[in-house]
Amino acid sequence: GTARLSHSDPRGWDGRGVQEEEEEEGWQQLYPGHIPTSPLQKALLAAGSAVMALCDPYRHDMVAVLGETTGCLALPNLRDKMKHHPEGYRILQERPRIRLSTLDMARLRGLPDGSLGREYVRFLEDNRVSPDTRMPPKFVDDEELAYVIQRYREVHDLMHTLLGMPTNMLGEVVVKWFEAVQTGLPMCVLGAAFGPVRLSARKLQVLATELVPWAIRSGRNASCILNVYYEQRWEQPVESLREEIGIFPPP
Amino acid sequence: AGPEMHFGFQSVTEEERREKIYQVFESVAKKYDVMNDSMTLGIHRLWKDILVHKMNPSPGTLLLDVAGGTGDIAFRFINYVRSVRQQQLQRKLKHHQNLSWQEIFESYQEDKLNSLGDSQVVVCDINREMLKVGKQKAQQLGYSEGLSWVLGNAEELPFDDDKFDVYTIAFGIRNVTRIDLALQEAYRVLKPGGRFLCLEFSRVSNPLLSRLYDLYSFQVIPVLGEVIAGDWKSYQYLVESIRQFPPQEELKEMIEDAGFFKVDYENLNFGIVAIHSGFKL
Repeated sequence: GTARLSHSDPRGWDGRGVQEEEEEEGWQQLYPGHIPTSPLQKALLAAGSAVMALCDPYRHDMVAVLGETTGCLALPNLRDKMKHHPEGYRILQERPRIRLSTLDMARLRGLPDGSLGREYVRFLEDNRVSPDTRMPPKFVDDEELAYVIQRYREVHDLMHTLLGMPTNMLGEVVVKWFEAVQTGLPMCVLGAAFGPVRLSARKLQVLATELVPWAIRSGRNASCILNVYYEQRWEQPVESLREEIGIFPPP
Repeated sequence: AGPEMHFGFQSVTEEERREKIYQVFESVAKKYDVMNDSMTLGIHRLWKDILVHKMNPSPGTLLLDVAGGTGDIAFRFINYVRSVRQQQLQRKLKHHQNLSWQEIFESYQEDKLNSLGDSQVVVCDINREMLKVGKQKAQQLGYSEGLSWVLGNAEELPFDDDKFDVYTIAFGIRNVTRIDLALQEAYRVLKPGGRFLCLEFSRVSNPLLSRLYDLYSFQVIPVLGEVIAGDWKSYQYLVESIRQFPPQEELKEMIEDAGFFKVDYENLNFGIVAIHSGFKL
């Protein structure tokens, strides 16, 4: 269920114990790592994380915080899309996680070229990234929605694979545009809009004329990317999966 | 398991509390100064200046700064005695009007090697990370003379009796698990005639101000911790620990219990911060 939030006004020294007050007003930890926050705190976090993410692009934790504090409309939307889709519904029930400990990297590497599993591993190795570096959610006040945003984060690398985009600034911006259209998360929209600020003129041109229009078209055409049980489709060729979801071939 | 104590608003054993606090400061050490400036809008610098001015150390003073981590009090102390020493030297020179240039030059040389006038400060902290940051700062800012760094526990100081002229603890006593022991230790290591000075967050009695202060503390500070240092929990602990700490009068009594005389306190900013002072006779 959802937590009721209260404005925190704890009394330390001579008032009643804060424990009582917290339990009364639903100020509870809903999942490991959850930090309950008041609406004011969320607003401050959203503003602060936005500024900090812009100032210091290496603060990935700030991008994560921004996503959590601004996703209050988009996340329930995504959850509902998942609930009403057979595969998405299964994902919500089974709660698969994409991490190095659960993936059989050797098996995936052994799959034929062009298959999702093979290309995903290739992507991870070429770009020297790991699925384990995704931030766990802290400020989402609903345990199921916390999973939804976690799933979105873990599926991000698969998006790179399906869209054929590397993890440089340009590639990330393209994926953000796609995700913005797909999820409606304000954090994606902001990332898509402000990301290009740090790109050179030449890259901006390619971005504007080819990549973004394609990303938007694909995003619109594709079914919800969270409704795909990727872990059961490692053998499927990337092209076939692209067609099934509705992502147009990359330019 | 041991007696139940508080860690912020949580209930823990004594040992757990020590461990948790160690971890908090290990985690915040690198961003400690940045966070202090952000949370207090730079005002903590004024508070520390006031503490050293109240101390009014003369050259030759031996200071022990406990929980002095990143060196803020130590550096201020050094600056203060240096400038007092400068003034002393200038006054000396004024009186020696008939000296030759050679003699004046020589007197400058001699005193240059003694710019602190034999004053010394020992910075003692229980946390390695904080000391590390302090040493790095000292190097960057060019402080070396008259400064030592010691790893130690305020509840059990690694120093002999009757050693120091002044003992300070700025924003540290709140994090000590057995305040009574720390006060006893402070008494022990001070020379007779020595002074105890404590700068710490305290109780705001004005009700309106208190509400605003609570609002700021609980709504803004953890957010600042998350945004600037990526660490919500340490700063949540910080604001909770302030509420758990004894108010002015109670701390005064505790200091008196340790044997100090002429104990009094001065509120800064309506009691957001207080400086307690006492003497060993």
